[in-house]
Amino acid sequence: MFRFIVRRLLQLIPTLFGLSLLLFIWLRRLPGGPETAILGERGTPEMRAAIRRNMGLDEPILVQYGRFVRRMIKLDLGTSTSTKRAVTTEFIERFPGTVELTITAMIIAIGIGIPLGYLAARRRGRFLDHASVGGSLIGICIPVFFLGYVLKAIFSENLHWFPSSGRQDPTLGATRVTNFFVLDGLMTREWDAAADALWHLVLPAIALASIPLAIIVRITRASVLEVLNEDFVRTAEAKGLTEQTVRRRHVLRNAMLPVATSIGLLAGGLLSGAVLTETVFAFSGIGAFVAEAIGQRDYPVLMGFILIIAVVYVLVNLLVDLSYSFIDPRVRVR
Amino acid sequence: MALLEVDDLSVTFARRGQRAVHAVDGVSFSVDAGQVVGLVGESGCGKSVTSLAIMGLLPKQPGLRVGGKAVFDGTDLLQLDDRSRRDIRGRDIAMIFQDPLSSLNPVIPIGLQVTEVLTRHRGMKGDAAAKEAASLLDRVGIPDPKRRLKEYPHQLSGGMRQRALIAMAVACQPRLLIADEPTTALDVTIQAQILELLKGLVRDSGTALLMITHDLGVVAGMCDTVNVLYGGRVVETARRRPLFREPRHPYTVGLLGSVPRLDAGRGEKLNPIPGSVRDLLPWPDGCAFAPRCARRIDDCVGQPPELVHTYDGRSYRCVNPEPVPGTVPAPREEESA
Repeated sequence: MFRFIVRRLLQLIPTLFGLSLLLFIWLRRLPGGPETAILGERGTPEMRAAIRRNMGLDEPILVQYGRFVRRMIKLDLGTSTSTKRAVTTEFIERFPGTVELTITAMIIAIGIGIPLGYLAARRRGRFLDHASVGGSLIGICIPVFFLGYVLKAIFSENLHWFPSSGRQDPTLGATRVTNFFVLDGLMTREWDAAADALWHLVLPAIALASIPLAIIVRITRASVLEVLNEDFVRTAEAKGLTEQTVRRRHVLRNAMLPVATSIGLLAGGLLSGAVLTETVFAFSGIGAFVAEAIGQRDYPVLMGFILIIAVVYVLVNLLVDLSYSFIDPRVRVR
Repeated sequence: MALLEVDDLSVTFARRGQRAVHAVDGVSFSVDAGQVVGLVGESGCGKSVTSLAIMGLLPKQPGLRVGGKAVFDGTDLLQLDDRSRRDIRGRDIAMIFQDPLSSLNPVIPIGLQVTEVLTRHRGMKGDAAAKEAASLLDRVGIPDPKRRLKEYPHQLSGGMRQRALIAMAVACQPRLLIADEPTTALDVTIQAQILELLKGLVRDSGTALLMITHDLGVVAGMCDTVNVLYGGRVVETARRRPLFREPRHPYTVGLLGSVPRLDAGRGEKLNPIPGSVRDLLPWPDGCAFAPRCARRIDDCVGQPPELVHTYDGRSYRCVNPEPVPGTVPAPREEESA
């Protein structure tokens, strides 16, 4: 198991190497070159030349690439052209917000999706089945930003149950440790800060959870239906086991295999794609920040974002593979 | 009194807008304590559905109707509620299935799959259950049982898997064991081993065995009494020797005749029954086998043939049965002579 994890982490190296090459080429191929990206269209030829010298763009390409890689390794992603702060610092501040949001959304999607999918399969053809399948179709069809605005309009502007924007009430003056606001609140025992951060997470997490929830319901339902027809379920029934044992030990466990795969893919997607939700709820996570960076042509930020997403995908897939080998002995790793 | 008395059992699958399918259409037979009874027939004759109906394992679906009686030790199994059925299954009546690989849960160690029966019906837990499970595996001839308990189904060979399933089935010393084609998915050499094992277990424990098979070789080697099924109904019941020596129902004759023989001459044709199970006449309209029968006469169609009981305790459902050899030579034998 340990060797498997190490091997998979080592696989990160060629992945990142290939990615760095792509990013490097991309940077060189920017319209007008990196100096235009930094200066915009109005730079004078002298300014351009100065920047080229400063950035070492007049040196041989291999030397440039070597320096680029060295900076990557030191986690020096350059300076954001729009905020003038180090990209790494910006990410350290914002990425935890997105992680918190994604985890909350996935907890909602899994916590509701798996039981609902299971029940739909057991009550196949009856009301609950039709309701959940139809509901999940609606969940997939409704755009996230629209759902976000609807939730905001109902639950925060009309009912005032939840805050409409932000990650935490700034007047609380909460202490920052890890930038995971809920975790910080728990660690520093500022319970009100933790609760407030959690409260801010509810609406965006629901909006973000809608699509994964719908997908998980459907996959679980289909998978359970398939497993229910398996011979070993009949064997379990023939042994006279209680319905509960049959359900938990024999049906659900086998039905979880495809669900685990999709959860991994969904989680990776959410981490990189929470842009709309974060924008709607003015939630200062990585998504909203990157959306802005695209508009501003803030290339260092985009580059850092791409790198982080690549690492996240590899790690999430590692987790999925590990959970797989935990669930299914046939693919167990040594 | 018989241990299991199946009386006029019928299973119908009805679909909206379609004609109902009578998978089992009035099956009656009985199994005495300690006896080995065969239920023989081609695919689709209702063997498996009969066994699943007795166990209450038919997939619950709208349009499923089960009629008749299946009285086990004085209780009609078909009238029991789900909970009492679960109490009986695995404890008093156990079952083994055709494909040992798909019949075992792939993600759970063999050990747990054995101990869960012990826990459910005998209240055994922890070390006691593990010890008993190991001794069960040992009894069914699995070497190194302690190690096998920790292994998963995919790590075992086909024969070992079937042995493991048998261990689970006999874990609570059931009074009736139903084996649904237990050797069909196995190699011939392994088949023989598994049949020997079943025979030994049944002999030692006094468990009755209901053997469901299409393989007359299995029947010849094991069964005390044989029921031949056709079109969801028993067409002939006899003790093993009389059945093989002088089959009366033309279908039984056909079944026996279609077994390939090793001593047949080269190039000699096999002797299958013409037609297929699909060409059956619904029982109320006459004999279901009539469309394929070589001995068909006019009386075969019109009303279902009654069950005829003979003096030596056998019975068949035919208006023009095969004559007993010695009196009039059977036409089939004439041809081969």
